[in-house]
Amino acid sequence: MIEVKNLSKRYGNKLAVDNISFKADEGEILGFLGPNGAGKSTTMNMLTGYLSCSGGSALINGIDVLEDPLGAKKDIGYLPEQPPLYLDMTVNEYLNFVYDLKRCKMPKRSHLGEIKTLTHIDEVENRVIRNLSKGYKQRVGLAQALVGNPNTLILDEPTVGLDPKQIIEIRSLIKKLGRNHTVILSSHILPEVQAVCDRIVVIDKGKLIANDTTENLSRSLSADHKLTVQIEGGEKEVTELLKQIPEMEEVHVCREVEPRVFEYELNAREGADVRREVFKRMAARNLPILLMRGSELTLEEIFLKLTTGDFYGNPEKEKEDDK
Amino acid sequence: MIAITKREIASYFTSPLGYVFLAVFWGFSGLFLQIGCLRTGQSDMSVVFSMMFFIMMILIPILTMRTMADDKRQKTDQLTLTSPVSLFGIVAGKFLAAFAVFFSGVLITLVYALFLSEAVKDMGGEFAWAVFWGNFLGMLLMGGVFISIGIFISNLTENQMIAAIGSIGANIALCMFDVISTYIPNETAKNVINDLSVFYKYSEFTAGIFRLTNIIFFLSLIVIFNFLTMRTTERRRWS
Repeated sequence: MIEVKNLSKRYGNKLAVDNISFKADEGEILGFLGPNGAGKSTTMNMLTGYLSCSGGSALINGIDVLEDPLGAKKDIGYLPEQPPLYLDMTVNEYLNFVYDLKRCKMPKRSHLGEIKTLTHIDEVENRVIRNLSKGYKQRVGLAQALVGNPNTLILDEPTVGLDPKQIIEIRSLIKKLGRNHTVILSSHILPEVQAVCDRIVVIDKGKLIANDTTENLSRSLSADHKLTVQIEGGEKEVTELLKQIPEMEEVHVCREVEPRVFEYELNAREGADVRREVFKRMAARNLPILLMRGSELTLEEIFLKLTTGDFYGNPEKEKEDDK
Repeated sequence: MIAITKREIASYFTSPLGYVFLAVFWGFSGLFLQIGCLRTGQSDMSVVFSMMFFIMMILIPILTMRTMADDKRQKTDQLTLTSPVSLFGIVAGKFLAAFAVFFSGVLITLVYALFLSEAVKDMGGEFAWAVFWGNFLGMLLMGGVFISIGIFISNLTENQMIAAIGSIGANIALCMFDVISTYIPNETAKNVINDLSVFYKYSEFTAGIFRLTNIIFFLSLIVIFNFLTMRTTERRRWS
């Protein structure tokens, strides 16, 4: 279990992480999302005790990382942004070193063998790490985090540099690990977070701006009942017709996608479903609807909405962005 | 700590660094033996030890330049610092590894001594083992000081070259105390500076003077610089 309480980190007078709190329970995979420089890696470095925090606390299984660093670190497997590999060692030598470093007590040979199979690095076990491809290096880094079977895994962008097949493998591995581990995973790749994580924490400029399950986030943000439609026919005529629908509040013409085909954004009253009405009215006038899409937001859109401040309509934030 | 020491020693010998260090160390000590003992027919090896001071001053920074700097550049410090190992264990592990390589270099003098003692015995004399052991201990302590300085300076940068040059500079500065003291007219000030001089203390060892205060002086320098290494690492975490 990971518990973060009012965690802050200050570099000089720049606040890199600003008073964030969240919790990840045993058997949960927490996605850590944010644009570059949001403070993801800093937070992860604080959780693992690599950096100290300027305020607040981080607890791993109830042990404060600052108060009892050795006790807390025992339960953490950490894969930093750049895997911490000694390039002059072979994979086997390196994993043996990590095993000794973490003072593991399991049968060495079988434990390391298991990890190598799990991360598919058996075939390179006797090669010098310097000569491995980026994908293999990344997987050796992941293997390193698994040594000693810690119950908390902190993975900073674990699938960077892997090919699509490996990405799928690693994702399913993480999912499998998530059943009996606490996993925090940061990523830029949003579908990955959507596919793997149970819950998502979004941070931006050091501030926590969302902390919810993937479905909830998507639902709460798409409650404004927007529709996007593409209709063939005169722009004015269609707009007129759409506006006649009683629940319709706003019709906005976006662009001409094909000759005489326009895209409209419809905003109906909250709770109203106007899809059938739109169809009937267009059909009556023989105006073909070429596309109709609900505003069920993808994670990508949620992410953009949250991090650009649109969601809260926070003018201060927009001003900051302008700067 | 043992894991780190083992890894560090292995890494000295997977790169040319360890071999180069030993080759140069042994080469120069052999040369000084030739010049100082074999040519002149002397059995006292003090000349070898006092000449080796200057070789150590330049060679040990090469040995220690990557200890901390490379860890930071490759980000492998993220592994060691997030493992259940204390900071003391990390620094001590690295110190012991460098010291072990250095120690295997110094061991060659033991071979020289055995060789000379046999030769002296043949001529009916007696080899002064007490003087040799004094010198031997002095060299180990001096090396320990240079290693701890080297690790400390390596910890201040990510660049190995800067670490090496910086440590050589620091070592030279340590010896400059002697030069400075000759220019000082005030007797008390002169004594204070002489008391701080590493080279002066080392030459007492090579002159066959064995003082407990000197041993404690060297040991405290080793402790102080290793402690500073720990503090600067800790400070980086808090900055």
